[in-house]
Amino acid sequence: MTPDTPTKISIRDLNFYYGKFLALKNINLDIAQNKVTAFIGPSGCGKSTLLRTLNRMYQLYPGQRAEGQILLDGDNVLDAKQDLNMLRAKVGMVFQKPTPFPMSIFDNIAFGVKLYENLGRREMEERVEWALRKAALWEEVKDKLQQSGNSLSGGQQQRLCIARGIAVKPEVVLLDEPCSALDPISTAHIEELINELKSEYTIVIVTHNMQQAARVSDYTAYMYLGDLIEFGDTDNIFTTPSQKATEDYITGKFG
Amino acid sequence: MPKSSYSGLQKRGVLLDLIFLNVTRLFAFVVFALLAGIIITLIIGSMPAIREFGFGFLISAEWNPVTEKFGALVPIVGTLATSFIALLIAIPVSFGIALFLTELSPGWLRRPLGTAIELLAGIPSIIYGMWGLFVFAPIFAETVQPWLKNSLGATTLLAPLFDGAPMGIGMLSAGIILSIMVIPFIASVMRDVFEVVPPMLKESAYGVGATTWEVVWNVVLPYTKAGVIGSIMLGLGRALGETMAVTFVIGNAHKLSTSLFMPGNSIASALANEFTEADGELYTSSLIELGLILFFITFVVLALSKLLLLQLGKREGKTT
Repeated sequence: MTPDTPTKISIRDLNFYYGKFLALKNINLDIAQNKVTAFIGPSGCGKSTLLRTLNRMYQLYPGQRAEGQILLDGDNVLDAKQDLNMLRAKVGMVFQKPTPFPMSIFDNIAFGVKLYENLGRREMEERVEWALRKAALWEEVKDKLQQSGNSLSGGQQQRLCIARGIAVKPEVVLLDEPCSALDPISTAHIEELINELKSEYTIVIVTHNMQQAARVSDYTAYMYLGDLIEFGDTDNIFTTPSQKATEDYITGKFG
Repeated sequence: MPKSSYSGLQKRGVLLDLIFLNVTRLFAFVVFALLAGIIITLIIGSMPAIREFGFGFLISAEWNPVTEKFGALVPIVGTLATSFIALLIAIPVSFGIALFLTELSPGWLRRPLGTAIELLAGIPSIIYGMWGLFVFAPIFAETVQPWLKNSLGATTLLAPLFDGAPMGIGMLSAGIILSIMVIPFIASVMRDVFEVVPPMLKESAYGVGATTWEVVWNVVLPYTKAGVIGSIMLGLGRALGETMAVTFVIGNAHKLSTSLFMPGNSIASALANEFTEADGELYTSSLIELGLILFFITFVVLALSKLLLLQLGKREGKTT
């Protein structure tokens, strides 16, 4: 069950509360470095919640709290002394819907970089181009970098958000149903991108789409009502799941 | 049989829609008619003054009912200066209030604070005026004015602004009272527009590691700029036209002075004070022309805010 590649994030005895409601129950999970790990499960099972603990996004909302340990390279993310801004520089995130900032395409990418690095004009241009190339968007936008990020199509906006996420050179990229608002062609673009990005980043993806999980991920975790039901090699999970519940969900008998 | 009843129903629906369209259109056009009517009456009413003083009305500081010489410079300057002071104070304070309420405040404090601000907006302006004259002005004259005189007033550049005896009333006091009056308006509209920023957009800014300030300054504010400018214009509109509170504390003197401590006059308070005692066609007509000028200033302010928005849109790179 443990992956044979180095572990990037270890989640230990994680419980998560929305006020009094226990949303994640004693989760233990290892996320492998430079691999794609997918969280699947029906709505409300806690997969997005789990993802949002990894960069402590839940912290924005009073009443939400996590107990346990999440070790990123051995460092406890949940430690109260953890510098949130540095954590989020290391653990980038892309959301369900494209969320370009209300500024130009160039500034969308440069915004995050400027928070951490003091780059000259030339270097910044190089960084923006690098990120846009990585996100396979450069060819489409290179002549209109000064236009608003909102002028792009939905699929392009989502790739812009991915470019924005990797421009700060994070170590982990969290994808929260990144294709749920996209058409099949844009989805294919993003999936291709995920495959290319994993050589340099550790990727965690939450998805509702089982075929997508099967296509892009190396490891899959199946969750249900806040419990981690099964975790392992994606091929094994989809062909020979050990739990009846996982099999029912994957074959569409349920959920 | 069922067929004909169906078409009968349909006919009635079409007729109702037609009535609905025409009634709502009538309501909408009433706005136009009212606007035009007000402008026309103002122009007709001010014709005698326009004919008598011409353009000089705008740049003359004289206001003498006995010799029937009238000029609008003092009230125009008073209106603009007090409104400017009001905005200078109110914009940063309101921004802070709205920001605290939407981004920083603990949940239990939001509702009482928000309600308090809305209550502040509901206080009748005459109460602000009375409070300003009887409570604020004496304290202001004893504490803040001497301090301003000794600090900012001691520099050669700003000295003319703080010249004269600290009396508590005057342009600065009027501006400060106005700022207290417009803060609830600006703050509550700003809060409302900050609240409609999609959480996901804010999360994505936090997600690249931005601090609260960076998220607000770079994402929330640009996203809500139309609403924010709208809230400021709402406040400015109120400040320009505010009558009772200003009348209490501005001093009502038709004198032009560089000092913010000296009494002055605003268009609205000149109108409120003098309409009842205006005898003679020229006097009344001059007051009506003042009203026309106030109307025009408000119109220009509105137009400028639209231009500003267009300009901001261009800088953001919306145009293709």
